[in-house]
Amino acid sequence: MTRTDDFSVAVANEPNGNGYLDFEKPLANLESQIAELRALQAAKGIDYSPEIRQLRSNLVKLTSKIYNNLSAWETVQVARHPRRPILTDYLSLMMKDFRELHGDRCFGDDRAIVTGFGRIGREKVLLVGHRKGRTTKEKVECNFGCAHPEGYRKALLKMKLAEKFRLPIVCLIDTPGAYPGLDAEERGQAQAIAVNLMEMSRLRVPVVCVVIGEGGSGGALGIGVGDRFAIMQFAYYSVISPEGCAAILWKDGAEAPKAAEALKLVSKDLLKRGVVDHIIPEPLGGAHRNPHEAVHNLETHLIKTIRELRRYKIENLIENRYRKLRSIGEFTIAEKTTSRTVRTAAAVETPVKPTARRKTTKA
Amino acid sequence: MSNNGSTSWDGYSLKKKREVPEGLWRRCPGCEDMIFTRTVEENLGVCPECRHHFRISARQRIKQLCDQDSFEEQMADYFPVDALNFTDSQAYKQRLRNLQKKTGLTDAVVMGKGFVKGRPLILAALDPNFMMGSMGSVVGEKITVAAELATELQLPLVIVSCSGGARMQEGALSLAQMAKTSAAVGRLHEAGGLFISVLADPTSGGVTASFAMLGDVILAEPGALICFAGPRTIWHTIKVELPAGFQKAEFLLEHGFIDMIVHRKELRSQIARIIDYCGK
Repeated sequence: MTRTDDFSVAVANEPNGNGYLDFEKPLANLESQIAELRALQAAKGIDYSPEIRQLRSNLVKLTSKIYNNLSAWETVQVARHPRRPILTDYLSLMMKDFRELHGDRCFGDDRAIVTGFGRIGREKVLLVGHRKGRTTKEKVECNFGCAHPEGYRKALLKMKLAEKFRLPIVCLIDTPGAYPGLDAEERGQAQAIAVNLMEMSRLRVPVVCVVIGEGGSGGALGIGVGDRFAIMQFAYYSVISPEGCAAILWKDGAEAPKAAEALKLVSKDLLKRGVVDHIIPEPLGGAHRNPHEAVHNLETHLIKTIRELRRYKIENLIENRYRKLRSIGEFTIAEKTTSRTVRTAAAVETPVKPTARRKTTKA
Repeated sequence: MSNNGSTSWDGYSLKKKREVPEGLWRRCPGCEDMIFTRTVEENLGVCPECRHHFRISARQRIKQLCDQDSFEEQMADYFPVDALNFTDSQAYKQRLRNLQKKTGLTDAVVMGKGFVKGRPLILAALDPNFMMGSMGSVVGEKITVAAELATELQLPLVIVSCSGGARMQEGALSLAQMAKTSAAVGRLHEAGGLFISVLADPTSGGVTASFAMLGDVILAEPGALICFAGPRTIWHTIKVELPAGFQKAEFLLEHGFIDMIVHRKELRSQIARIIDYCGK
C-alpha cells in the first residue's frame, strides 16, 4: 500500500520559512535570542560572550531533550523536513566520481530513481536511490520521490549490470511510496516491485540498503532487499503512510499522529522487531541541522559494511541473506497446551561465517 | 471503479450500496438480480445468470479444487500475535479473536498438500473473510513454507490469492513478509519448480507486489480486481475516479500481466493441464 494523502497535506505540514517544525518552537526562541545578543555585541561593542555561551549550552540541552523524546509523528515530520539531506546531497557530499546511468531500455527513464556508478571512500559501487528534489520544479520532475514501474525496472537492470561486473550495490531509500496513479497501474507497478523483491534476494553481489528519510511501503521495499538493512535515526519505515492508515482504520486522515504511533515506524521499534539491523546515528537535532555529519555517519557505515560483506563467499552471502529475510515475523505455534512466541526457527540458526582469507581488509 | 460499486477490496465504494439481509437470498452485484444462496453455492459461488464470481472462503476454495478428501492441511496451529500492541477502533487482539471464532481459521490462509485430478501439489489459499486476506507474519510464514515444501518435495505450487495486501496491524513486519515470500518463490524458480498463481477478486497491494505476480503461469478469475494501489487509494491520492473496468482481470490480460482468465468451473482442469505441461 502506499501513502494515500495528497501532496497538499505534505505542503501544509511543512514548517514555516525558518525551517522550524512545530515542536521546535522553543529552539527557535533560543536561537533568535542568541542572534539578538550577537547583533547587540557587534553594534555596541559590549562583551556578551558569557551569556551567549550560557544560552548555547541551554540550546544544546533543550535540543537533545526534544530529540530524545520525539513522538512517532514528530519523527515522521523530521524525516520529511524540507531541509533534510536528500539523495542529491549524499551524491555530491559522499560519492566521488558519480556517473549516472539512465533508462530501463523498455519504456523510459524515471527521474524518481537514480542509478549510477561511483565511489564511496575507496569502494567502487553501484548506487540506486530515490530522488525527491529540492525546488518545486525538481520535485515535480521527480514526482516527489514516488517512482513508476519503469523506475523499478531501471533499478533492477542496473543492479544486474553490477552483478555481472561484481560491484557491490548501495540502495538509499527515501520515498513516500510507489506512485499510485493510473499510468503506474497500467504499466504494472505491482509486477515491477514483485520482480525486484525476488531478484534482489538472489543477486550475487553484496547489497546494502539504508533508509535515509521516508521508507514508504512497497515503494521503499522495491529497492530495499539486501544483506544489511539500516535506517537513519530519524527516518521511518512503514507498511503504509500514517495518513493512509488513519484514513482506512480511523476513517479520518487527520488521525495520522495516532496511526504513526500505532504503526511503530520509528528506528528504535524497527530494530526491536528485527526489521532493520542497524541504526545510523544522526547529529544532534536531526540530519538537517548538520548535513555533513549525517553524510559522514552514513559513509562510515557503508564503507564498513561493504568491507565486511566482501569477505563472504557469494554462496554464503546469498544463504545468509535468505535466512535473514526468512527470520522476520512473529507468531505463536500452539503446542498441545502451551504456546510460545517464536521468531521462526531460521532466526536461531547461526549465519554462515565468512571464510578466512589472508587479504581481507586493506587498510 | 466500475459502475456497480462493488469492486473494491474492502467494500469501499463511492456510491451507496443497497442493503440486502443475509440468508436465503443474496443480491448479485453483477446483474443486480436476487438469487437463491444455495443455487450460488451449488454453482461454485458463481452467479448462474451473469457469471459473477462471488468471493469464497479458503476452505471452500480448497474443497472445489482438490480431489475429494485429498487435502492434508499443514501448519494449522500457527497463530498470529499482536506484536505491536495495535489498537484502532478495536484492539487487534480482539479483532483476531472474533474472526478466529467466526471463520474457524487461525489466520487468513490455509496451506497443505493435496491432489488435483490425481496430480499431487502444494496448495495455499487466502481467505477474504479473515481481515480481507491480508498478509501478516502468519500468512507470510505459511506461504514461505509452502514454497519451500514445493522446492523440497519437487511438487508444483498453487497459491490462490485473495487479499487486500499487507496487514497494517502488524506494521513493518507485514512489509517484510513481501520480501520473505518473494525470496522463497525465487528459490523455487531457481530449483526449477512450477508455481501457478491464481488471482481471485480482490488481489491488491503487498500481495500483488510480491508472490502473486511471480507465478510461472498467472491465472485470474473473471472480473477480479487486481491492482497495486486500490481504487480508494488512488482516489485519496490523486483524486481520480477510475474508468470502468480499470484494474479488472480482463484489463490486466489486455495489458499483458496475466496468462489467462479462467472460469471457476474450469480452474481444476486448467491447473491439471498446466501441471502436465510443466510439472515433473
